[in-house]
Amino acid sequence: MNILMAILTLGGLALIASIVLAIASRVFHVEGDPMIERIDAVLPQTQCGQCGYPGCVPYATAVAGGEADVNQCVPGGERAMLAIADLMGVAPKEVEEDAGVPMLAFVREDECIGCTLCIKACPVDAIIGAPKQYHTVIEDHCTGCTLCVEPCPVDCIDMVEKTQVLEEWTWSAPGKRPALENANQNSDEVKHASGTA
Amino acid sequence: MSLLISSPHAHGGDSIRANMLAVILALLPAAGVATYLFGWLAVFLILLCMLGCMAAEWGCLKLMKRPLSRVGDGSAALTGLLLALTLPAAIPWWMALVGCVAAIVLAKQVYGGLGHNPFNPALAARVVLLISFPLNMTSWLVPMHAPMLAALPPVDLYNFGDCWSLFWFGPEALGKGLDAITMASPLGHVKTEWSRGIGAIEALRNYDYSYLDAFLGREAGSLGETSVLALLIGGIYLLARHTITWHIPLSFIVTVYVLAAVFNAVNPEHFAPPLFHILAGGLMLGAFFMATDPVSSPVTPRGQLIFGIGCGILTWSIRTFGGYPEGVMFSILLMNCAVPLIDHYFRPRVYGK
Amino acid sequence: MLPALLKRFGLNQLWPTAGFPGGVHPVEHKITADSPIIELPLPPQLILPLKQHIGEICAPLVEVGEHVLRGQKIAKSQGYVSASVHAPTSGTVVAIQDHAIPHPSGMGRPCMMIEPDGKDTFDESRPPISDYRNADPAEIRERIRMSGIVGLGGAVFPTFIKMLRDQRNPVQMVILNGAECEPYLTCDHRVMLEHAADVLRGMDVIMHAVNAKNGVIAIEDNKPDAIAVMRGAIEAAGMKDVEVRSLPTRYPQGGEKQLIQTLTGKQVPEGRLPLHIGVLCQNVGTALAIHDAVCLGMPLIQRVVTVSGDAIPNPANVRVRIGTPIPFVLAQCGLQDLSGVRLIHGGPMMGERLPRTNVPLVKSTNGILAMKREALYSEQAVEEPCIRCGHCVEVCPVGLVPNELAWHCRNDQFDRGQEYNLFDCIECGCCSYVCPSHIPLVHYFRYAKGQVAKIEKERVFAEQSKVRSEARDNRLAREQAERAARRSKVRKQHAPAADGVKKTAADTKKAATTTSKTEDDKA
Repeated sequence: MNILMAILTLGGLALIASIVLAIASRVFHVEGDPMIERIDAVLPQTQCGQCGYPGCVPYATAVAGGEADVNQCVPGGERAMLAIADLMGVAPKEVEEDAGVPMLAFVREDECIGCTLCIKACPVDAIIGAPKQYHTVIEDHCTGCTLCVEPCPVDCIDMVEKTQVLEEWTWSAPGKRPALENANQNSDEVKHASGTA
Repeated sequence: MSLLISSPHAHGGDSIRANMLAVILALLPAAGVATYLFGWLAVFLILLCMLGCMAAEWGCLKLMKRPLSRVGDGSAALTGLLLALTLPAAIPWWMALVGCVAAIVLAKQVYGGLGHNPFNPALAARVVLLISFPLNMTSWLVPMHAPMLAALPPVDLYNFGDCWSLFWFGPEALGKGLDAITMASPLGHVKTEWSRGIGAIEALRNYDYSYLDAFLGREAGSLGETSVLALLIGGIYLLARHTITWHIPLSFIVTVYVLAAVFNAVNPEHFAPPLFHILAGGLMLGAFFMATDPVSSPVTPRGQLIFGIGCGILTWSIRTFGGYPEGVMFSILLMNCAVPLIDHYFRPRVYGK
Repeated sequence: MLPALLKRFGLNQLWPTAGFPGGVHPVEHKITADSPIIELPLPPQLILPLKQHIGEICAPLVEVGEHVLRGQKIAKSQGYVSASVHAPTSGTVVAIQDHAIPHPSGMGRPCMMIEPDGKDTFDESRPPISDYRNADPAEIRERIRMSGIVGLGGAVFPTFIKMLRDQRNPVQMVILNGAECEPYLTCDHRVMLEHAADVLRGMDVIMHAVNAKNGVIAIEDNKPDAIAVMRGAIEAAGMKDVEVRSLPTRYPQGGEKQLIQTLTGKQVPEGRLPLHIGVLCQNVGTALAIHDAVCLGMPLIQRVVTVSGDAIPNPANVRVRIGTPIPFVLAQCGLQDLSGVRLIHGGPMMGERLPRTNVPLVKSTNGILAMKREALYSEQAVEEPCIRCGHCVEVCPVGLVPNELAWHCRNDQFDRGQEYNLFDCIECGCCSYVCPSHIPLVHYFRYAKGQVAKIEKERVFAEQSKVRSEARDNRLAREQAERAARRSKVRKQHAPAADGVKKTAADTKKAATTTSKTEDDKA
């Protein structure tokens, strides 16, 4: 009899609590942003396709649909991975490929035949030029996705390291060796793209 | 090949080690009084606890593959000394060792070591001992040089051999029971008398209580808590050296005093007088050396005031209404829990905002 | 006696005291306090960075091979927040190229190299405004702007911008900052001792230009001789509206906001200039430069620098032309061999370690410290766990909780860092100075500030890329739709013809067109 009472009491309590919770989940339901948009917002928008999907939105869609892993965005690196994992509520995964130094596409203009193929390939319209005219890359718009390198029939597009300028320099974390200090330690003349030399 | 190094390129020369050594130095007067009262026993207990804590620290660092040089930063030695000073002189040696392990392993290293422990390790260990061994932790050895005792103390603590036997083999080795060599502390006496319906004033009278003896430390209690004078000397040294600030000790002691004064004024027969509260038990030791433990106390000045006031209220409440005669230890540990909250809400005002 | 005793026990914090909260008192090391300013000779080559100030970089006005005169403008400011560069001596421009500058990164900037001709011929094109009291304030301000004067205390903010005459916020008080709270540095101290009258006249120029009624010269009480000399100079000049205030020696007393708090009890509201509360604060050296520009017609081409540190055989205060290579300056003070020596640009509290030695002395250089490597704290420090002692909270002059802040920065939790007011940190270094665990707190804050800026920049770039990518996708879709529309139009035109006569012929033709069209589309 006592056992029955206990079971009934606890069962009743559980029932009441579950009803309250059910109502609460309806009443306080939070209409979140659609997951695809939220994931897309933390991606670097290079549209590079290195994740295996043809752009950032397709990758975000794949992640939200559970098809893709959280660690496939190469340019986004660890920060994007952590942000996506956080959004998806899954455990972070190691980022295998290192994005390395930021790169830019550079057209060797004297070799360019003006075929416009690279212009068509560029996902962010960062290459300008007309048919039979030299093409050039707008440095400030280039995301370094390398999609233009392959289509070029004369192979005149190089990926070059984005030069670091003093204004963009920031302190590295304590105890970590800065990238620049090892390079050029002995030469006093420093080169960078925006120089007037 | 060098690292990128930010300013400042100068430093004031302070170090963890210097701070720890300063606190140990500041506790020497109290340890001296302990030796004066409890003879060789105090020496044995202090040495055992300091070595025990350092050994436990060494073992933990070894297990966690951390630099073993950290044993030398003085924090473990200080924890050992503080723990010893909060123990009754007649405690068996193995209980003290259990306390050492509890302090270093349970209260400090499992949280991540120095700087990460939410509670004061020495006090946390004392709680472990108090709950595990209540009888031994509340039996105070009759001290030498305590004038309120008409008869001579039952053990000659100047005798190295007797102390040695007592320390390692207990009172039975001297042919005595624990009861025969211990007595009640003033706070314990008041509490017991209350339970018999006798007011505090009357209780103190039949205990032969004297403020002067309490100030100088000639009374029963833990090793290092009895002498207010010795603790004040150490505390003032720490204040002058800027190892601690005045906020916590002052607010702690003043709060206890004010609460006791108010209630004593309302009912002087029942409630103990404020001066008794200030001089009794572990208040001075707690206020100057335990509550000010940097790791487990707030970092902001305003937060430290709140912390001290909280400790004071809890201490007086536990002493007056609680089950234990003394409340300093519990009050500090309880306020330790509140430190993250205090730190969050009592930040300094930022310039221009 | 009593205040000192109260301070010893921290009891002076019980009630609000005059001055800023916190601060430290580092060992002063003012070993050059009694060394008179020495004039340095001209170096074989001057290196003039085209940006030595906060703001836009300057554009060169002269070409390689051109001859320039001392004081001639060689690069003009671009934009509002900028300051021109002038030739420090007469000579020939030999190159305009990138060269390392005094910066913790060791990176370079465009610089102009000038080879002195040794004649030091002065450019007379800008006559002094000798009767400045009757001159138009706008003219004085323009002269200060043209003379490339920036704040010489170290911040190098263009001076003329601070000297705005604003109807809503009239300047009540001009503060001359002679606190010089950094250890080692004594250049302002010596300037006050040796050029008291000129400094005072510079201050008079400022007060006239902004129509201020009150002037205060703020000097820390560890320089009693400077206080006495400035008081004497004020008496001699008969300036009744200027007074000298002796301040307690406490770092960072010379920080602009801290100094204003000490003198007026007010705080500059967040995101505003001191002008907002009617205060204009200038460094002593800047006042001297203003005097030179207005009363002598000489733009900012030289400054007084303290050369000190434990590796310098002959520490000194020197007057140097801007652009002089730092190794040349050190050699003049007896230090030839730089191996095992670390150079610090500025004082030990806020100065930066120089990863390269061959850099020029610039407008912001108030000191060069050569320290023995093994004696330099920042090189030796080993970080230990924080014991939450709270000393950093006590000394922070802006009321931060540095230990918590550093915790978030170390773990890359920059949002939490900003909640803990990361960007209010003035990087004075007091917290690192007192930390018993030797945590490089300032370094953590700088790292976090840089990361926040970088993340924000990347976010903006990603947003723009997204816009461009979407625009492209839309355009492609539109083009495809247009092609499809054209195709169906063509189909409709052909459809009636195919209906009646010559059905088979038309059908074949249509089929052919459609196929080729589809193939075109696919291509």
